[in-house]
Amino acid sequence: MTLAPSPVADVPVDDTDPFSHEVLEDPLPFHTALREAGPVVYLSRYDVHAVGRYEQVRAALVDWQRFQSAAGVGLSNFRTEEPWRPPSLLLEADPPRHDAPRRVLTSVLGQRALRTLRERWTADAEQLVDQVLAAGTEFDAVPALAEAFPLRVFPDAVGIGRDGREHLLPYGDHAFNAFGPPNDLVQKGEHRVAQLSGWVGEQCAREALTGDGFGAAIWAAADRGEITPQQAPLVVRSLLTAGVDTTVHAISAILYGFATHPDQWARLVADPSLARVAFDEAIRWESPVQTFFRTTTTDVRIGSTVVPEGRKVLMFLAAANRDPRRWTEPDRYDLGRDPSGHVGFGMGLHQCVGQHVARLEAEAVLTALARRVRTIELAGPTRRHHNNTLRAWETLPVRLTVG
Amino acid sequence: MLGVEQVGARWRSGTDRAQVQVHDKVRVADGVVTLTLAAPDGGRLPDWTPGAHVDLTLDNGLTRQYSLCGDRWDAYSYRVGVLLEPAGRGGSSYVHEQLAPGHVVGLGGPRNHFPLVPAGSYLFVAGGIGITPILPMIAQADLLGAEWRLLYGGRTRGSMAFLDELSAHGDRVQVRPQDEHGLLDLAGFLGHPRPDTPVYACGPGPLLTAMERACAGWPARALRTERFVAAEQGAPVRAGAFDVELRRSGRTVTVAPDTSVLEALSAVGVEVLSSCRQGTCGTCETTVLAGVPDHRDSLLDDDERAAGDCMYPCVSRSCSDRLVLDL
Repeated sequence: MTLAPSPVADVPVDDTDPFSHEVLEDPLPFHTALREAGPVVYLSRYDVHAVGRYEQVRAALVDWQRFQSAAGVGLSNFRTEEPWRPPSLLLEADPPRHDAPRRVLTSVLGQRALRTLRERWTADAEQLVDQVLAAGTEFDAVPALAEAFPLRVFPDAVGIGRDGREHLLPYGDHAFNAFGPPNDLVQKGEHRVAQLSGWVGEQCAREALTGDGFGAAIWAAADRGEITPQQAPLVVRSLLTAGVDTTVHAISAILYGFATHPDQWARLVADPSLARVAFDEAIRWESPVQTFFRTTTTDVRIGSTVVPEGRKVLMFLAAANRDPRRWTEPDRYDLGRDPSGHVGFGMGLHQCVGQHVARLEAEAVLTALARRVRTIELAGPTRRHHNNTLRAWETLPVRLTVG
Repeated sequence: MLGVEQVGARWRSGTDRAQVQVHDKVRVADGVVTLTLAAPDGGRLPDWTPGAHVDLTLDNGLTRQYSLCGDRWDAYSYRVGVLLEPAGRGGSSYVHEQLAPGHVVGLGGPRNHFPLVPAGSYLFVAGGIGITPILPMIAQADLLGAEWRLLYGGRTRGSMAFLDELSAHGDRVQVRPQDEHGLLDLAGFLGHPRPDTPVYACGPGPLLTAMERACAGWPARALRTERFVAAEQGAPVRAGAFDVELRRSGRTVTVAPDTSVLEALSAVGVEVLSSCRQGTCGTCETTVLAGVPDHRDSLLDDDERAAGDCMYPCVSRSCSDRLVLDL
């Protein structure tokens, strides 16, 4: 990465590396500094601009006209650099190419399409929670619940085969690391990336998918001409890339929130209909997806700073979600809050297309837990999992009491 | 150079019932005006795709659908074209005779039942005011470098809107007023069936019926049509307040004309999780137990709307005096 002088005069400059292990371990102080420095900050380390306040993050997210995604939503600029894989037809595309794949996936993953899954996932969650509790009330919640549930239901819902599912989490982890700079987190995944990408690619073929899942529904849309047969496997790939790790870390975030805010757990037990709010509040509070980049398509004024055309702008969703200009007591995990409007799923036409799937998964797990578990507390030292884009837990030891 | 959108009242104080303000009204052909519409606060309007339409609720209480025919890269204005229909029930004559710059009208959608599917080549056929959804489609086909041709018919040249804009496309556009050329030569325009070429047609019923016949030899789904419903058949929308009963909590909330259901619920402490507040993301989906929703979202298709079992309270309202929600 070349170090360039600040391209404009009157913009605060910060030389922190937001992708360093120090910041990834605890990004909150950096997010605070970023918000306080101004509406836009120049990050000299990577020669990019950054926004951390809610108002500017939200404005950049919805303004696809001036903040494009097709040049990549990571640090790498696809105008000048070769992407590590064929770009996503959703995440890394702009209108008009974005339109048809988005329309299809919106329909395939829409709330109404999920109604048939609700009953099954509720039963699956109850079964999983019963199994976990039967084995003991003290365990690491990351593998036991946060990973176990999405891995149990999501690959089946997409319709991929049984073999090789252990590749899903490492593939997603690498894909989200790859939005950052080519640091050690990216390097550690590179030796496997060809194998993982190959496996994921094989799962996206029509023949590899069951006849009743999201994957088959995407191929059916191709049969109706709504997307091309060339686009269908890449749309399936989006599910496999973005649909697993994100939900795993979201469920971890919820469990961490409750383990550290026992009064909020009592509230959920008393009123399980708060499960949906609990999920979105966790997305706001922890922001499993911390950052995405955009690229300016024209000179854009942010505050008093003009960001020139063709520049990468790093949007800190996590910082926006704890901006005191927008949220009261933002650091509290609070089921009494209305988390509506958080940008943890993004906003605008790229807003997470799978959010209803994730919400349903989390709701199923939480409802099952709330039925049986009276208290949740941390039972030992927790450890973060570092990823250039995701806020995640490696281990989350919990102790439950069952009522 | 433009500033980054100043995020305003929309997220600070919740949403108001969606409205747009008429900024400009221009006569573009005999019996056709275009309206330029903008948000009253000057903010961004909801995103749309070619083929989309909006519902406009006019001051006289009528709701009408109009295809968006402007530039989607301009996030701050919509353009619609409106044909005067003297035999209609009052929507178009209201727009032509009374609606003026500065007036504010209700907005529903945008929704798109006529999306442009990806392809390397397209054929477009438009009759009369049916040209409106086709305009952004050909702009998009151009942008993507697709092959395309347009056959555009109308009663007389003077009645055909947007001829000046279309002239930039040269011989890709065939303009065929009926008084000069007779009925459209659909068979000649379509030529032999091609498996990779969607055919988009919009216009009056007889034209679409003729298109169905002309495309009989084409692959299934090659022909994609939108029945241009100039006929005034928008759903009635309540101008006044209505009640929302919350079955689970046993409360009843009155929704005033200038607030959304979501806001009315929030005002009495009933928080429904929401996100976009434009009827596009689906987060606030709420089960309807009784009553008839006035759907104003971009998500439900016609069957789902007719089922009436769910609604998006950030934008949708009520056709009945009372709605009963599962809240």
